[in-house]
Amino acid sequence: MPRQPYVKDPNAPKPQIGRILGDLFANYKGRLILVMICLVLSAIAGSIASIFMNRVVDIITRALEVYKTDGADAALAMAKPELLTLFIVMLSIYIIGIIASTVQQLNMAVITQGHLANTREKMFRHMERLPIKYFDQHPHGDIMSHYTNDIDTLRQLISQALPQMLNAALTLIVLVFVMMYLSVWMMLLVFCGVVVMMLVTKHIGGNSAKYFVRQQKALGKTEGYIEEMIEGQKVVKVFCHEDRSKADFDKVNEQLFDDANNANKFANILMPIMGNIGNIMYILMSFVGSILVISGVPNLSLSGQAMTIAVVVPFLGMTRQFCNTITQASQQINAVAMALAGATRIYTLLDEVPETDDGYVTLVNAKYGENGELVECEEKTNIWAWKHPHQDGSTTTLTKVEGKVELNDVDFGYVPEKIVLHNVSIYANPGEKVAFVGATGAGKTTITNLINRFYDIADGKIRYDGININKIKKDDLRRSLGIVLQDVNLFTGTVMENIRYGNLNATDEECIAAARLANAHDFITRLPEGYNTMLTGNGANLSQGQRQLISIARAAVADPPVMILDEATSSIDTRTEALVQRGMDGLMFGRTVFVIAHRLSTVQNSDVIMVLDQGRIIERGNHDKLISEKGQYYRLYTGAFELE
Amino acid sequence: MIKKLASCIREYKRDTILTPLFVALEVVLECIIPMFSAELVNALSSGTEMSEVVRYGVIMLILAFASLACGALSGFYCARASSGFAKNLRRDLFYKVQDFSFANIDRFSTSSLVTRLTTDVTNVQNAFMMIIRVAVRTPFMLIFALIMAIRMAPQLAVIYLAIVPILSIGLVVIAKLAMPIFRTLFKKYDALNESVQENVTGIRVVKSFVREKYEIEKFDAASQVLKKDFTHVEKILAFNSPIMQFCIYLTMLFISFYGAKVIVGSGATTLDVGNMQSMLVYSMQIMMSLMFISMIFVMITMSVASAKRIVEVLDDESTITNPENPVTKVSDGSIDFSGVQFAYSADADKNVLEGIDLHIASGETVGIIGGTGSSKTSLIQLIPRLYDVTGGELKVGGVDVRKYDLDTLRGQVSVVLQKNVLFSGTIKENLRWGDENADDTEIERVCKLAQADEFIQRFPDKYDTYIEQGGTNVSGGQKQRLCIARALLKKPKILILDDSTSAVDTHTDALIRKAFAEEIPDTTKIIIAQRISSVQDADKIVVLDGGRINGMGTHEELLENNAIYREVYTSQMRPDTEKEVS
Repeated sequence: MPRQPYVKDPNAPKPQIGRILGDLFANYKGRLILVMICLVLSAIAGSIASIFMNRVVDIITRALEVYKTDGADAALAMAKPELLTLFIVMLSIYIIGIIASTVQQLNMAVITQGHLANTREKMFRHMERLPIKYFDQHPHGDIMSHYTNDIDTLRQLISQALPQMLNAALTLIVLVFVMMYLSVWMMLLVFCGVVVMMLVTKHIGGNSAKYFVRQQKALGKTEGYIEEMIEGQKVVKVFCHEDRSKADFDKVNEQLFDDANNANKFANILMPIMGNIGNIMYILMSFVGSILVISGVPNLSLSGQAMTIAVVVPFLGMTRQFCNTITQASQQINAVAMALAGATRIYTLLDEVPETDDGYVTLVNAKYGENGELVECEEKTNIWAWKHPHQDGSTTTLTKVEGKVELNDVDFGYVPEKIVLHNVSIYANPGEKVAFVGATGAGKTTITNLINRFYDIADGKIRYDGININKIKKDDLRRSLGIVLQDVNLFTGTVMENIRYGNLNATDEECIAAARLANAHDFITRLPEGYNTMLTGNGANLSQGQRQLISIARAAVADPPVMILDEATSSIDTRTEALVQRGMDGLMFGRTVFVIAHRLSTVQNSDVIMVLDQGRIIERGNHDKLISEKGQYYRLYTGAFELE
Repeated sequence: MIKKLASCIREYKRDTILTPLFVALEVVLECIIPMFSAELVNALSSGTEMSEVVRYGVIMLILAFASLACGALSGFYCARASSGFAKNLRRDLFYKVQDFSFANIDRFSTSSLVTRLTTDVTNVQNAFMMIIRVAVRTPFMLIFALIMAIRMAPQLAVIYLAIVPILSIGLVVIAKLAMPIFRTLFKKYDALNESVQENVTGIRVVKSFVREKYEIEKFDAASQVLKKDFTHVEKILAFNSPIMQFCIYLTMLFISFYGAKVIVGSGATTLDVGNMQSMLVYSMQIMMSLMFISMIFVMITMSVASAKRIVEVLDDESTITNPENPVTKVSDGSIDFSGVQFAYSADADKNVLEGIDLHIASGETVGIIGGTGSSKTSLIQLIPRLYDVTGGELKVGGVDVRKYDLDTLRGQVSVVLQKNVLFSGTIKENLRWGDENADDTEIERVCKLAQADEFIQRFPDKYDTYIEQGGTNVSGGQKQRLCIARALLKKPKILILDDSTSAVDTHTDALIRKAFAEEIPDTTKIIIAQRISSVQDADKIVVLDGGRINGMGTHEELLENNAIYREVYTSQMRPDTEKEVS
């Protein structure tokens, strides 16, 4: 596997709030508009209470006047019809408000979850199309966190932060109008308070955000340390390293405590401060209000009301509501900042360039027609052909897949500055077994990465049955090559499902036959539930050797024209290996096989052995020829006999 | 469980107690403030007496500052208490895991241990924060606000008799409906993420078999199920806020109209405008409290699972502990297995090792050969007491391993594990695991022995080359050689290599063995290998099959009289006879 330092993109991407909203609107235009309307309605319903209070106090004041002159009955008689009308009006407004808020919430549930599912699926779909290079260059933990943390921040943003902020903004706007309806002077005073609150939010909220970022970092570091140590727990035990790792842990843990403490401190303090600024505002408003009432300053208002107690009282309520709204909105700042960062990372993934494929030659099943010519057919015939459409589009030719693979003067480097393969030329004739031998890092795996186009060559040519592999559709190219890798990856599912991964149409019998071929049948039947045993965590309950046997069975059931075995039997003992080998040889009879192994017994019976050293082929030939040449291969081989 | 978790509070006890105390004070103040604001409003409306307004204003101002102070202090202590609690919890867990034996580690899988130390701790921390702060605040607020409201205007407070049950029932029903769905949802969500993980690590397999479409379909299906369930549960939760609004509006209407009637009817004697205003504030507080209580209820029940998983680790006792009066010196490198049997769990029906009698003299080199699953690794893991024998006796240096001080024993028995790990840090730092005080010449010496010096010197930073986590930036063979060097640095009396040169080429492998023979002749060496060439020059070769010793002797003897050994040898040393087939 190529190993490269992870290089951070120097053009740090910009926050993408516009893009998030754009994507949301693209899919949920109707629902979003509905939500907006509902938001406005419920904001109005919520804020209108103040006007309503203003009316009630007004009625009470007037009724009390009547009470003084005409007594209780007259006062009640005067107040009742007025109150009733008001009651009905308010009730209707509130009902509308409740309905609006229900509709809004229900729709938000659909929008949020829909959008998250969309994003998740879009990411996954895109990820599956990315070149291997992407996975080699990005730590897998980072890729994973797009699906967990980043999606989570997005959920917070859409389902909570955005509607709350929007609601807050709308409420504030409505409140401002209501305030102006009552008294412009007093509204200006509330504004001054708002400025103070903004400043506090900026300062404390800013600090809190700063420490939250630090806490996130410290958390990442601690988790990283925990993960590393627990992964290596057995090594820790063997080296009696427990005390040291405890001491190191204490250090990172202490740092995390500090940052978490600070982050939470600022976040916790923000709320009471904002809340009590609200209280202080309330007091201030009462003072100013009463001064205005007493001094008889002419009021300026949309309603044209004079400055009376009926103006001041609802204003106090509004002040409280105003401050509460801002306080609540200020709590969303962290969420918004984190969501923006998360969304940016998601979009960075979505903007990665996917694997391109200009190939047009496809792989088809074929059979021989009456005149001995190849004819394309649907059924599986064990004969494959390359379907080569001609440039003019009129005719197509079928070329039999024989498994002839040629590399001509291939140069390649995972990064342009560092060439790892130099002038490699390989000719594998149909049915041959070609082996690559060489030290780790000599470029064996790299060659197979090029044949199936996980990476594209820098210079030279690779031909497959005489066709330049760039012309072959990648999917078809890969379908024609079975690969068994040293690092086995199994998927969550039963043993049977894992074997069937090689060929989704394979019957149970075919899968079992493949398992027998790979010599895996015996141990599989001894598993608690045989072929139906669930494998989880990459087959954690199996030994490395058993996992390799399953992965060989998986490749066998795919039954491809060409097979690449990259250290496929390295963890299997040699006796079992010999049995597996026999089965594989039977399967691959007449087909081309590439074998990589450092165990020379694995490759001895190959038709051609290529000895690689630092990206160059230094020897080639069969076992006997290489032994007689007394070169590197001979030295490697005799290394085993050296002490005899 | 709670007791166990609470014991992690320790030095943050003061903070943990002060937090709810200040929270309670804050609540009291918050409930008193509306009382004075009522007076303030009354002072305003009654006759515009400025002195009254000033008086109540100043009282309120003082109260506001006091409430601010209490709020800030509670926030301050709460942050400390919860971060500190989490710190101790993590620490206890980590320490516990460090003291685990191999058997304990096997029982919890690695990934589950990591989750317990990370996600689960965070969940419990959040619950803790809720408990000391919000869970004190809300019931307190509820009760206090109710009392204040009843005191102020009992005739208006009647409304709560109707509203509180409605709201409570509504919230409980919603929580009851949502919770079971949530529980299964999180499992599904984990499964989905696991499948992503599998795709990321197994991308080469996916692409080789051209299974992108298949994987996408699988993912989309799982994602759609998740979406459906999540939408369903969120729709249920969506009714929280309308129910809340319904109750608030209803209360407001009732208080305003009925209140207005009472005020007008009594000529503002039994009730006044200010009281009415304050009643509205109390209503808000009461209902918000109920809302919070239902939220806390949901959150705490969700964190119970996490708490259980944490306590499971804390309650687990290491299966291997130091004996009393341990032996602290290993006299020599001899090893004696006498009738040893071993099983990984007490209730296994079949022993992994059975009737092992094996005597190794100090300084001998012993090779162990056997097929996949023949218990080679299990055998050698008994020697440094990574597991305890379940029957028979195992002596090192003439003393039963169970009598040794663990550090002493493991210091003298150095195992290079099959599944080995390098840690992030420089090569030097990694090697010093073997001996913290080793100097550069010593490090270089062992690296030469392990044939690692040669490639280390080729790195630009030589011994200061940074190793990535898990050793991903060195090749398999290089990693194995570094691990051998690290084990050598311990200067052990017994060195065990568990298939530790499988990725090293035969030539280098031979050089390593040669260096061992020449440089550390007095160390007992046990070599597990797949390759015959790795063991054939050993003093003694043990052939294991199905957990029993199938044969023992030198290379020649075994070739003579052991069928398995001969078969293994044939499979490796002679070109396959069926060569013509291919």
